[in-house]
Amino acid sequence: METEKVTGVDDAAGQPAAGVKPRREKIVLDTPDFSDYRGILIVVEQRAGLGKKVSWQLLGEGRKLAQKLDTELMALVIGSDVGELAQEAIYRGADKVYLCDSEELRDYRTRPYSQICLHAIATVKPEIVLIGATYWGRDLAGAIATHLPTGLTADCTQLDVDENRLLMASRPAFSEKMLATILCKQYKPQMATARSGVFLALPRDPSRSGAIIPIPAQMTADEIATEVLAFLEQTERVNLEDAEIIVAGGRGLGGPEPFALLQELADALGGVVGASRPAVDAGWIGHDHQVGQTGSTVRPKLYFAIGISGAVQHVVGMQHSDVIVAINRDPDAPIFKVANFGIVGDLFAIVPAITKAVRERRQLPFESKSSVVEAVAATSG
Amino acid sequence: MHIVVCIKQVPDSREIRIDPVTNTLVRQGVPAIVNYYDLHGLEEALRFKDEMGARVTVVSMGPPSAEKALRQCISMGADEAVLVSDRGFAGADTLATSYVIAMTVQKVAAEMEPVDIVFCGKQTLDGDTGQVGPGVACRLDYEQMTYVEKVVELNEGERTVTVHRHLEDGVEVVKTKLPVLITVLTELNKPRRASLPGVLRAAKYKPIVWSTNDFPDLDRSKIGLKGSPTIVSKTWVPEPRKVNTEMIAADGVEALSAALIDKLWNTDLPTRLGWS
Repeated sequence: METEKVTGVDDAAGQPAAGVKPRREKIVLDTPDFSDYRGILIVVEQRAGLGKKVSWQLLGEGRKLAQKLDTELMALVIGSDVGELAQEAIYRGADKVYLCDSEELRDYRTRPYSQICLHAIATVKPEIVLIGATYWGRDLAGAIATHLPTGLTADCTQLDVDENRLLMASRPAFSEKMLATILCKQYKPQMATARSGVFLALPRDPSRSGAIIPIPAQMTADEIATEVLAFLEQTERVNLEDAEIIVAGGRGLGGPEPFALLQELADALGGVVGASRPAVDAGWIGHDHQVGQTGSTVRPKLYFAIGISGAVQHVVGMQHSDVIVAINRDPDAPIFKVANFGIVGDLFAIVPAITKAVRERRQLPFESKSSVVEAVAATSG
Repeated sequence: MHIVVCIKQVPDSREIRIDPVTNTLVRQGVPAIVNYYDLHGLEEALRFKDEMGARVTVVSMGPPSAEKALRQCISMGADEAVLVSDRGFAGADTLATSYVIAMTVQKVAAEMEPVDIVFCGKQTLDGDTGQVGPGVACRLDYEQMTYVEKVVELNEGERTVTVHRHLEDGVEVVKTKLPVLITVLTELNKPRRASLPGVLRAAKYKPIVWSTNDFPDLDRSKIGLKGSPTIVSKTWVPEPRKVNTEMIAADGVEALSAALIDKLWNTDLPTRLGWS
């Protein structure tokens, strides 16, 4: 098989090719014949039998791609006691579900799960495999793609197919300042992980029906070296991707303490606290709060950007919010260009005032935390 | 105990700007740094060096200039550093990169001492994929522990390791057997500063450099551009959000707040959010 590769731009691995002009070279590749690979397979992520949102979002997006390719949309459900989840995948848009249900699969472990995926891929021969770009999905996809082997594009925010049935997987590059479209021309399946909160799930439709095909587990318990001893659920951990209201802070906060002010506003609004990368990198707040590059892509109904200048890598992570309010000392801060409402001024004075006004409007009891405000005032200099 | 730490020298992507006129990347003056997630892997390895006398070898694939990054690791306390550098490796995507890194770890294991743990950063700053770690684990047939925020116990006698894996909704406590590849988060530790003896050693230190010719079993169809199934077909700068920004101005923060609240309550947000 003869093909052309264009390089000179940075590749998926981010190998910088600075100063290198695009060049073309003929490469003769001895690749297997993948012409009978058809259909789209979504690997469904679950915990305790409950499907993750990103899996339903991928079934929604997969439905569109399947329509364009005039092919089937399939799901792979792995776990213990997950028969109902397989049915749920049908309601969420799958034509057919492959189900591997076994007691040993209660906890996710890379080897047994990836072996099942490899078995399913060898049997089903899908042309595209999509997995959520979660911690789970990135762990699993990296193993599968290497075993196959095939190309894997991480963390996609746009998916489409071209006239040659090639998956055009687009992902942010260079701290989300650019987007890159990545193709995998010679191998099948074409694999991608995709971000949560970017694609739209279909409405659940219990009238849909489809085949559920059981597949066997590939490893026995004593072949698995890894053991999950416990899962420590952290309910207080923020889930930005599912949040309807986010109050986010950035470099302008100047330290970790002012996040207490943002938390108070978030509490008054019924939202959660987010942060830009500089604030997270400085260690002012945990990575779970990060919006934008390597953090979450969010689409809340209301987003407060406080002390955030509006660097491109942050904006791409939050620009799909319905309403954006920006508060910044600098009237020229680029964040104002994407905000519906802008306030120029001192966040240390404005944020507590907004919190108070929200509480009054919502007739919520005002919780005086003046000690926090004073502490912040003392450190903000 | 022999620990290999994989590092990558990357442009500090936080410093890369888009030229507003030409819409292209401005790379001039962007500093090259050690991918900072990798430094947390190095720190953890150095902790085991301090606590149990582990041997720490740092490996990297990159251009000759990446020697500087490796010397930084030596100054922090790593024992040896290996740079895998050859034009033939250039243009690699994550699949081809993981092949070369895995070959390198195997060569390090064969020529120095068998390897027990490989640490990688959870992802690189420039690629942001997080795929090389799992790829290397898979090729080495090591157990794979990704997104680790704590190494709870390393049991040399039992040859097991127990870690905390970070997930969206909690922490998973996982025990596995050595050899293992662990990808790490910044929560794991605080990387140390270079010591004075470390700096003095690093100043004179020459990393071991391996080219394609140093790997007799290397399959050249699996490296560099040739070994990379993914290609970038285009790049573009995303369209910004289009919105008519309404600037709110008033005298005093109370008036400002009241004005903002009025604006927000005039949208459909209160209904959609079920605000009282």
